[in-house]
Amino acid sequence: MVQKLDTLKESPSQTAGPYVHIGLTPNFSGITGVYESDLGTTMLGDAPKGERITITGRVLDGTGTPLRDALLEIWHADASGIYPGQDGADADVYGWGRCPTDMDSGTFRFDTIKPGAVKNRDGTPMAPHVTLWIVARGINLGLHTRMYFADEEAANDADPVLKRIEHQVRVPTLMGQPQGDGTYLFDIHLQGPGETIFFDI
Amino acid sequence: MTEKPSGLFHRDRGWHPPALTPLYKTSVKRSPAAAPIAMPSTLSEDTGPVFTRDILGPQDADLIHNFASDGQSAIGPRIIVYGRVLDETGRGVPNALVEVWQANAGGRYRHKKESYLAPLDPNFGGCGRVITDEQGNYEFRTIQPGPYPWPNGPNDWRPAHIHFSIFGRSFGQRLITQMYFEGDPMIWQCPIVGTIPSREAIETLVAALDMRRTVPMDARAYKFDIVLRGVRQTMFENRLEGL
Ligand SMILES: [Fe+3]
Repeated sequence: MVQKLDTLKESPSQTAGPYVHIGLTPNFSGITGVYESDLGTTMLGDAPKGERITITGRVLDGTGTPLRDALLEIWHADASGIYPGQDGADADVYGWGRCPTDMDSGTFRFDTIKPGAVKNRDGTPMAPHVTLWIVARGINLGLHTRMYFADEEAANDADPVLKRIEHQVRVPTLMGQPQGDGTYLFDIHLQGPGETIFFDI
Repeated sequence: MTEKPSGLFHRDRGWHPPALTPLYKTSVKRSPAAAPIAMPSTLSEDTGPVFTRDILGPQDADLIHNFASDGQSAIGPRIIVYGRVLDETGRGVPNALVEVWQANAGGRYRHKKESYLAPLDPNFGGCGRVITDEQGNYEFRTIQPGPYPWPNGPNDWRPAHIHFSIFGRSFGQRLITQMYFEGDPMIWQCPIVGTIPSREAIETLVAALDMRRTVPMDARAYKFDIVLRGVRQTMFENRLEGL
């Protein structure tokens, strides 16, 4: 026998289930009067620096059917690549958003600004990106992925995370596609052809 | 030399439920087939939103009253749920946002897509939230939820449970899980509980009845500690730091 390591195990995950909206977006689910508003619905203050963008899309299952009971959260840096809470961050960029998929169409939508390049641990820049976390009934452990911007080709080519992906053929699954009006389309495929890359961070 | 956070402990994926768990049928078409791509956490996962107490209303941590009409309260066995949010190093996580949701005492959720024949309680909404103190402690009051049947196998029932969503310091620590109640035989026949590979791991989600924290003639108490992924601390001068 050896001495015991003084560490705990992470609590095991359980699915968010079909009623995650009761807990995380009660006003959206029709439970009003408990919280003033749902957290994460507003991502910007009055005068954020940077280009305004909308990120929209759907979460699709292995049959191609959109999930109408999923919930997404995103997290991103400000236009200078600084995260909220770090020194010098833009106080009007909250960086965090939460959105349930529409109960009919299955679409989600985030209105925010385009983040700048964030430095990797070794000081090299990562291409601008948004980190996403997806939970729903049937998802046993919340899924982490990233949305990069398809119109940042040079930065994407140099991105240290994208470069380490063995099956480069899958990299386009991480690209938000510009629609020309500041909207980026980002469909997330849980399974099947074009399955989105998820990360084990 | 100062200690600075520099990355998350890697996740033990054998401890968590795998993505594909056929006895929980909805996972079959919602589970990625490819392995997730491993990467060390970066600033994008090491940082995360911070919530302050000014988002909280006076009754956010009291599910017995936060949806009830004046002078009324939710029906069901009154309980206190308390515990700590810790990380894998055993440190308390201060200022962690803990959001909870649950069915009422009859096992019915207040949701348009819920069709279980148990009645709604007009005085119970089913959501609450709390932010941990400097040592990582939290506490809320609620009623004990009922078990409920769900469409999966021909006769599957969920044990009584409370859903928990937790924010630590890092977006990469984000966790949703469920709390079960000591002594409930329904725990061991539930396909969702059964997605967790080991009995040892499941037992960490079973809250213990704590008669010492019970308030006599008012509410019994259950203790439920939650562990988030550890944040690695390294010596500041040894390497370039982003935080
Ligand atoms: Fe439930």
